[in-house]
Amino acid sequence: MSSSIAVRVNGAMVSVPEGATVAVAISMAGQPCRTSVTGEPRGPLCGMGICFECRAIVNGIHHSRSCQIQCVPDMEVRTDE
Amino acid sequence: MNKYSRERFDVLVVGGGPAGVAAAVCAAENGAHVGIVDENPNLGGQIWRAGLPGGDHSAGASNWYARVRAARVSVLCGKRVFHQPDAGILLAEGADDVCELSYRSLVLATGARERFLPFPGWTVPNVMGAGGLQAMVKSGLPIQGKRVVVAGTGPLLLAVAAYLQEHGAEVPIICEQAPWTKLARFGIAMVRYPGKITQGLKLRRNISGIRLVMNSWVIAAHGEQVLLSVTISHAGTLEQIKCDYLACGFHLVPNTELPALLGCRIRCGYVQVDDFQQTSVKGTFCAGEPTGIGGVELSLLEGQIAGLAASGQDSGARAIFGEREKFRRFARTLDDTFCLRSELRSLASPETLICRCEDVPYSRLQEHTSWRAAKLHTRCGMGPCQGRICGPATQFLFKWNPDSVRPPVFPARVENLAVSPVDEPPIPAATGGLQ
Repeated sequence: MSSSIAVRVNGAMVSVPEGATVAVAISMAGQPCRTSVTGEPRGPLCGMGICFECRAIVNGIHHSRSCQIQCVPDMEVRTDE
Repeated sequence: MNKYSRERFDVLVVGGGPAGVAAAVCAAENGAHVGIVDENPNLGGQIWRAGLPGGDHSAGASNWYARVRAARVSVLCGKRVFHQPDAGILLAEGADDVCELSYRSLVLATGARERFLPFPGWTVPNVMGAGGLQAMVKSGLPIQGKRVVVAGTGPLLLAVAAYLQEHGAEVPIICEQAPWTKLARFGIAMVRYPGKITQGLKLRRNISGIRLVMNSWVIAAHGEQVLLSVTISHAGTLEQIKCDYLACGFHLVPNTELPALLGCRIRCGYVQVDDFQQTSVKGTFCAGEPTGIGGVELSLLEGQIAGLAASGQDSGARAIFGEREKFRRFARTLDDTFCLRSELRSLASPETLICRCEDVPYSRLQEHTSWRAAKLHTRCGMGPCQGRICGPATQFLFKWNPDSVRPPVFPARVENLAVSPVDEPPIPAATGGLQ
């Protein structure tokens, strides 16, 4: 059985399985990944790094494709800036 | 400044799915110094994606991975190729580094992505690709007890529905746009491929209990912050179905952007290759879905041929030609079975967004006559995905042809674009073979 990892999404702690991607953490936090240019909430579409809908701020780096990044302990994820 | 490193290979493979892995193994087992670069955290591409530690591993994949290790292939994961600064050199970007990868021969195994067709509500969170949702579940998304409608077209739908159900999701319906007649013909054609029959029978067992409807598609997804339900069209009637997720993809489109950037000739949407999988650029090979959507068996065969040819083993490559031809016939059957019906062209309403990066609605595109004009006037296809999602959609909706590809082939960080090989000490010249 794999262990879990705690990361922060918009300040709230989320526990995800080891190896889970940041996109999964954002989804488990009940958040959209980003707000579109006309203000719509958006979440992952392709799940494989092509569509860029899952962009979020990961450890301060903007436009990170959250479906391609695995969670590590104490990661700081923001979708609300 | 990000870390900068450089590596030299006899054969560099871009893409770590079945085609790329097979190419790398075949070249390395012959003594070539081989590297695989892939942007995912692990090898496997989409079809062999294992996800979490201890995740489902295909038996076929494990054997190939053992050969990757035994043949001492350098595996560079989490790095995405974005530019070719000079002949024989590619730049790849990692989380905090950039690598300069030089090669004598190159194998492009860039795989495929799902085709998405716009319909009202397709931008609502939790509407995903079929493969997209499966990738998310493999990456840890809890799906137990969730209700998932699976829709679109292609053999992937059944595989995804089976996978989701096996992992505790409730799948009330699979909507396949193709008609029964085509699917029946597809079933008969499968008889020629024993491996496919076994796969098919296993799938049928796994999706037993799920309602499978043909001639059916999603006409709208409902919800604002998150998906609440979908409306499907089936045999002329409409039905609203509550669900937590919609997994919707319309078969696959090849990732030809990098091959196009490198100057490889593209014909009818696919990378053109010769018998040895060599592209129009000498020393650059292409294998797997970019040369035609054919599935894992064909990808493995093409990868082996490309890897053998790229490392100078033409006779070994030639020995696999016959087997490859058999699976190419299967690929043509796939294309015919899952070709898109014209009704799907009228799903989008004037307000439906076609370009999700720049939020360009259908109504703003209607007045244009080409992809280029649409890009210039509306910014359609000008966002971060560079038209990878809306390009195939507008190709179907308006019959627009894609434009030339420009570097960088993916958005890259400015400091990495600024990296110039001339600032670094020169690499000693490769001993022959470099184009």
